[in-house]
Amino acid sequence: MAEVTLTIDGQRVTVPEGITVLEAARRAGIFIPTLCQDDRLSPWGGCRLCVVEIKGMRGLPASCVTAVAEGMVVETASPAVIEARKEILSLLLANHPQDCLTCSKSGDCRLQDYAYLYGVRGDEYQGERHNYPLEEDNPFFIRDMNKCILCGKCVRACAEVQGRSAIDFAYRGFNTRVTPPLDVTLREAGDCVFCGNCVQVCPVGALTEKQRLWQGREWEFKKVRSICSYCGVGCNITLYVKDGRVVKVTGYENPEVNNGWLCVKGRFGFDYIHSSERLTRPLIRTGERGSGQFREASWEEALDLVAEKLREIKEKHGPESLGVLCSAKCTNEENYLLQKLARGVLGTNNVDHCARL
Amino acid sequence: MTNSIADIAQADCIFVIGSNTTENHPVIGLKVKEAVRRGAKLIVADPRHIELVDWAYLWLRQRPGTDLALLNGLLHVIVKEGLYDQKFIEERTEGFEEVREAVEEYTPEKVAELTGVPARDIVEAARLYARGPRSTILYAMGITQHITGTANVMALANLAMACGHIGKEGSGVNPLRGQNNVQGACDMGGLPNVLPGYQPVTDPEVRRKFALAWGVEDLPGEPGLTVVEMMRAAEEGRLKGMYILGENPLLTDPDVSHVEKALKNLEFLVVQDIFLTETARLADVVLPGAAFAEKEGTVTNTERRVQLMHKAIDPPGEARADWEIIGELLKRLGSQGEYSSPEDVMREITRLTPSYAGITYSRLEEKGLQWPVPSLDHPGTPVLHREKFTRGKGRFHVVHFRPPAEEPDEEYPFLFTTGRLLYHYHAVISRKSRGLEEICPEPEAEINPADALSLGIEDGETVELISRRGRVKVKARVTERVSKGTIFMSFHFWEAAANLLTIAALDPVSKIPEYKACAVKVKKLLA
Ligand code: SF4
Ligand code: SF4
Ligand code: SF4
Repeated sequence: MAEVTLTIDGQRVTVPEGITVLEAARRAGIFIPTLCQDDRLSPWGGCRLCVVEIKGMRGLPASCVTAVAEGMVVETASPAVIEARKEILSLLLANHPQDCLTCSKSGDCRLQDYAYLYGVRGDEYQGERHNYPLEEDNPFFIRDMNKCILCGKCVRACAEVQGRSAIDFAYRGFNTRVTPPLDVTLREAGDCVFCGNCVQVCPVGALTEKQRLWQGREWEFKKVRSICSYCGVGCNITLYVKDGRVVKVTGYENPEVNNGWLCVKGRFGFDYIHSSERLTRPLIRTGERGSGQFREASWEEALDLVAEKLREIKEKHGPESLGVLCSAKCTNEENYLLQKLARGVLGTNNVDHCARL
Repeated sequence: MTNSIADIAQADCIFVIGSNTTENHPVIGLKVKEAVRRGAKLIVADPRHIELVDWAYLWLRQRPGTDLALLNGLLHVIVKEGLYDQKFIEERTEGFEEVREAVEEYTPEKVAELTGVPARDIVEAARLYARGPRSTILYAMGITQHITGTANVMALANLAMACGHIGKEGSGVNPLRGQNNVQGACDMGGLPNVLPGYQPVTDPEVRRKFALAWGVEDLPGEPGLTVVEMMRAAEEGRLKGMYILGENPLLTDPDVSHVEKALKNLEFLVVQDIFLTETARLADVVLPGAAFAEKEGTVTNTERRVQLMHKAIDPPGEARADWEIIGELLKRLGSQGEYSSPEDVMREITRLTPSYAGITYSRLEEKGLQWPVPSLDHPGTPVLHREKFTRGKGRFHVVHFRPPAEEPDEEYPFLFTTGRLLYHYHAVISRKSRGLEEICPEPEAEINPADALSLGIEDGETVELISRRGRVKVKARVTERVSKGTIFMSFHFWEAAANLLTIAALDPVSKIPEYKACAVKVKKLLA
């Protein structure tokens, strides 16, 4: 591939032709803030926070939609650039409900981070605030369009990745809003499949998982990588944990598998693990079979009983009278051990699983 | 899968059959859409108007249970028009001549009659698929859950081999596995005829290797019973004791009334699960296991990628990680060796399983590894059958269409077929999720508007579905998604277990039951 060499902040960098100035800067380890940009979505250039100064070009081009060229000289943090970014942030904050104190996104919010970075307090302008009602009628997430900064990431994720186009920009000027058609809710409109991929790309607190609300601050969560427990795609996920509870799941960007995207089950269906109906102690049947009557037992007692009965049946009726079902929901290690139990200890190949069903 | 998930986006033609991908494997559905957006041509063969139909270049709406006729029909066109890959067939396969003769009778006209798919669509689909240049097949339970399930899969392989669409980037035959670790459960020997890594129990060398490692004299050499055979054996009193790990056959088995009888007839039943499932209620001992977030271990996804799960929280109460529980039992039953962690178990697995030999937990950390991984420096295998097939030459198989075991007749005039919905998965866990349950709380039977009209059934009305085996009451959903004469129902809901109606006719080879087609009648309930 052809390469070009350019200068960014005095540093000479050689990169493949055709990439953007933003990408070139990132490869050189130079930070440029962005709100509407995501490598997995088409470039838009709408938030303009990524503006830079390029010698010989008029104005301040957005680096996410400007291609590199041979000999280009780029300044990513010149006074003019900083000033422009401050202005953009001031204007955004002028219509933004500044309730970082109670906002779930606080601590993981791009707007908050950049305001801090550039020392923008949000009182530079007294702008008008929106007064949209919250959209809360679906069980999975809340849409608070008062906090929306119109970066369009959710719109692009829904159209380009999820292929649903359940939401789009509507109205003009100050009234511009991201909404399902005809201003109804996502649930009413019926096109949304509640994958929540829009929620994950939103840089601010406009879209929030319901289960996560009031569960803690972002910086309090322990993040643990895991794999979705629902289907054979094996999407990579990050579990957000506090006080022994999983409060949120996001997609992990393993480009080989799901690249951060999830479906409704993987993203929102994890709460079964905290169901009050979970079994917490071994049970031994007391009533008729099928009556559902059990008593609680200790592990010692339950395991001894199981071992004794399996041994007894094997001795009395032979190994062929025993059977084992492995589980498509358990781990490799667990399935391995169970078939070892069947073959190596009980002496039977009556081993199968239900997943051929 | 012979190929990778990421690889789907590389295909020029994607043939999806028997897979409602966007609902059952949603994130793979995204890949398919990505490919279409990039210009790939999508062919969807499905009796229902599933979401991918809206993305398809061509929709083949075959009658349920006629896939094999359709697939042979495609191959017929490919043969007739000389679209096959002569070089690939000569170098890599055997048995093409027999198959070529066998598909002779499957003319587009005849296949159109059997399947209801217009002859010109059959011809066009065959051309699109054959010409690729990179064509890939995705299929799921819609193909396997028939008495001709194994034959269906062979017919897909015939198609791919004839066109040379296998063993390359963007070209393969890809079964989409259902639950999160079906692949791994099979890999680990959760099957009656093989030990881990598909090493046959009938091979004395293999048995000796495992016996030695496990410190026992010998292992049983006869293949055991499949799950459906076990249920029969239990019903007949030949099987006395069962150990069921994390499964709920009472909901997922075909013909559930038999299963209940079978399990009740056991002398001793142990169920290890996280909930008191319908099956666990029948147990003598219930052992509380751990959910995925509560334990460490690996799972293998549908593209053979072994991936690592970390423990995030403790199991509730006294519940324990399942590997610990089984480890305790192994000890009590006199097995040698103890395991300090799942990683410890994995070390034993990799010693005994050549396709997992190069796996270590630390290698899995970032992206996982696709087996076979024969050694520690092997990068894994994204595309199978590149140079040769597992058995050397790829074998064509002559397979002929047979109608479903039970076809609609005067008394039971509707073809009944089952599947999953986006919001649920095999009932147990998704139904304990509040959001998923709220958005999709009730079972529904889909019925075509024309049928609904002639029976006087309205959308949302409760009706009774009756088969020769059982009956269920369920809400009717009047929709064009199903064609005339067909009823579709999901099997997530115990309130109206679809499997009370289905038939335990088995595929003779895979022993997979025929979920996808049986005959029912619809009864309007008196108000
Ligand atoms: S949840 Fe998914 S489908 Fe719904 S609006 Fe967001 S991205 Fe679109
Ligand atoms: S809701 Fe979030 S992602 Fe969507 S436009 Fe507004 S700020 Fe951007
Ligand atoms: S997030 Fe959805 S697609 Fe991904 S593994 Fe989970 S259930 Fe499957």
